[in-house]
Amino acid sequence: MTDRAAYVQMEGICKTFGVVKANDQVDFSVRKGEIHALLGENGSGKSTLMNMLSGIYMPDSGSINIGGKPCHFHSPKDAIRHGIGMVHQHFKLVDILTAKENITAGMPGSFFIKNKGMTEAIGNIAKKYGLQVQADRKIYNMSVGEKQTVEILKVLYRGADILILDEPTAVLTPQETDALFNILRNMRRENCAIIIITHKLNEVMEISDRVTVLRKGQSIGTVNTSETNAKALTEMMVGRPMSLEIQRPAVTGGADSEPLLDVRDLTIENQEKIKVIQNVSFQVRRGEILGVAGIAGSGQKELCEGIVGLQKVSGKVIFKGEDLAGCKPGNIISKGISMSFIPEDRLGMGLVGGLDIVDNVLLKSYRKTKGLFVDRKQGVSMAESIVRRFDISTPGVHHQVSKLSGGNIQKVLLGREVSLNPSVIITAYPTRGLDIGASYNIYDVLNEEKKKGVGILYIGEDLDVLLELCDRIMVIHQGELMDILPASETTKEQLGLLMLGHRGEGADHV
Amino acid sequence: MFKIIKRPPLAEGRMFVLRILAVVFAIGASMAIIALLGHDPFKVMLEMIRGSVGSAYRIKETINKMVPLLTLSLGVCVAYKMKFWNIGAEGQFYMGAYGAGLVAFNFSHLPSYLLLPAMFAAGILTGGLWALIPALLKAKWETSETLVTLMLNYVAIRWVTYLQYGPWRDPKAAGLPRMMHFPETADLPKIGGIHIGWIIALFLVIVIYFLIRYSKLGYEITVMGENPRTAEYAGMNTFRILLVAIMISGGICGIAGVIQATGLEHSISPVLSSGLGFTAIITAWLSKLQPVTLVSVSFLFAMMLQGGNYLQSVMKVPSDVAGVIQGVILFFVLGSEFFTQYKIVRDKRQGEETRKVGA
Repeated sequence: MTDRAAYVQMEGICKTFGVVKANDQVDFSVRKGEIHALLGENGSGKSTLMNMLSGIYMPDSGSINIGGKPCHFHSPKDAIRHGIGMVHQHFKLVDILTAKENITAGMPGSFFIKNKGMTEAIGNIAKKYGLQVQADRKIYNMSVGEKQTVEILKVLYRGADILILDEPTAVLTPQETDALFNILRNMRRENCAIIIITHKLNEVMEISDRVTVLRKGQSIGTVNTSETNAKALTEMMVGRPMSLEIQRPAVTGGADSEPLLDVRDLTIENQEKIKVIQNVSFQVRRGEILGVAGIAGSGQKELCEGIVGLQKVSGKVIFKGEDLAGCKPGNIISKGISMSFIPEDRLGMGLVGGLDIVDNVLLKSYRKTKGLFVDRKQGVSMAESIVRRFDISTPGVHHQVSKLSGGNIQKVLLGREVSLNPSVIITAYPTRGLDIGASYNIYDVLNEEKKKGVGILYIGEDLDVLLELCDRIMVIHQGELMDILPASETTKEQLGLLMLGHRGEGADHV
Repeated sequence: MFKIIKRPPLAEGRMFVLRILAVVFAIGASMAIIALLGHDPFKVMLEMIRGSVGSAYRIKETINKMVPLLTLSLGVCVAYKMKFWNIGAEGQFYMGAYGAGLVAFNFSHLPSYLLLPAMFAAGILTGGLWALIPALLKAKWETSETLVTLMLNYVAIRWVTYLQYGPWRDPKAAGLPRMMHFPETADLPKIGGIHIGWIIALFLVIVIYFLIRYSKLGYEITVMGENPRTAEYAGMNTFRILLVAIMISGGICGIAGVIQATGLEHSISPVLSSGLGFTAIITAWLSKLQPVTLVSVSFLFAMMLQGGNYLQSVMKVPSDVAGVIQGVILFFVLGSEFFTQYKIVRDKRQGEETRKVGA
């Protein structure tokens, strides 16, 4: 940390989308050799601000200075020329190419790409920052952590010394997160400027040197991490003091009560006949939240889909004494099992982005009314009550769902599922990409359902949340059940090891 | 010099203005092309309008062209709503006409009020079944419906040619390969000199409007088009919905064939549609799959077709001019979609930066 002056300086940045002021007179600066966390609720303008720094948007007004020189970016290319590189939350890699091909794609060079110089250059960068990557491995063979490393290498290869990472730890295991943080520290040592967009306070405290907090498009302030704490940051972010505790109400009966959903020897094969879920058995009881932890792509999606009839399964799915394996999704819905799966693009399964809230709310119940026509009057009243109960901010119930913010989209989905009064809720990543306030809303909703005696299968990715919210946690690794542990007696590290497939080193012996 | 940047979403009103502008520009560009061909563009345009709506007879001719076009467009709309790219309207049209012919030639003794409905029913069935082939192939083996529907067009046309030279050849035509005429009982009734196809077409507009907008099936079709995985997740029987929707799509295209055969030609020939099945793709697209908008778009396109024919006979300008204008309009309107999402701005810092790029 030699250079104490701001290297990147954004001043008075304004950006308006239609009537929404996404950024309003935002000031933001980053020094060389620092890790700067950009913290804020969903829709607070973090991404907008960074998109302007990386050339995706142009500010309406305000100035961007890099190394003391004013810059105007008109495209990401301009930004890259000034040494700015962004690692997006959802990787932008070509699966069937190798790491090296992805890293060098689009770069000027000779007509033929098998270039020794490139391999060497990649090797040098990797060594400099302590990145571990097999340059000739295909992307589809890589774990999430490795893919992220390739993304980072890609921007470094383009000469970036200002690195923006958007929610980089969202899909990583604790071990992978540690590795990433080491890389970031190496980069700090090499005098890079690093910006990490995040909403995880413990990570802000662990890795960053300074924090800038945004709220509703305005910068609330920049503080030195060493001089603040999680509580103060939350208050800056939300605008009011907030408890960070997740409730885990004890429900009488709870974990000891009769099983509501009894899954026995569930095995699911994908189209290539590979077993993506193998002999998994577990029970979801009345009034409990059973968490599912695992590295992304360990079979979570198939597990959800298998239970609700969207995948062919072998084994038994016993619900209230009846085996539902092999039933059609429509049948299973009507029995009172609800599944909401939030994939990366959020609208992938469960909602229809192009339709309005009313049509989305009707998705599972439109069939119940008689006649040829869809009863939209009922839909409107259902939608209105969901909007009211879950405090969804929208211009109206006829607003297109894809135009809502992420948190509100999740609320529409969960709101619909809850309003159907299910006995079992299967929910995957319901708080993915949500801010603190919205996430706690979702936890509250789930807890309320739990108190009503609903059995909940919660597929999560944030281990801290799983440990606090769930009653029991089951860990899956490559489609196999590793263990089911009581949440109150388990640590993050144990879960991390089980997630990586180290059986036995986890629960019992640590 | 100039840069393309993303713009915030436009209001509905601005979008409309943009589309109108696109059509205006398209007509301007077409006129430039006409001028290049050595004709007076203003006169050509004027004659086209006169040729299409200049007299009662010409209006009638325009409506006769509009009816099958509108019907075919409605048919493909249903499929497109589901993002099933049916470009086989042409083939479904001919198979519809074939179904009508089957009934007409085999039950020619029936009175008109029985024969005509039976012909329509048969046309819906054959048109629908023809469309069902690519739908089944897609549902079972994920084949590309675009290719299969396209290729089945040629199969259908060849089938009609075969009938014309073979089993349905008119023995009275003195050796000419002409198809038999339908019995007179198979003529579509006329009102004021125009066959009642237009009533059928407008009725279908209303039916399709309500189907897509308010019915459960329409809702399911829309959801499936937008997000097939969500449709499955919601417990919809996607296989059944696909088949039913495509049956409807093909059936309506079949109706167009029956109208054309019973209303105008009183027979079938391999040029019965004169390519309307393809024009329908353009009209459906231009009207954004809105049945009501389709009425005016189809009329506009029918005007161009009729006006083009008139030009050929009066000004010795090839009738293909109409085709050129249609193409140019589609080009401009699709092009205008680009401007609903992006805008072009002057790049302020031309100097050093652009040089840098060059270096």
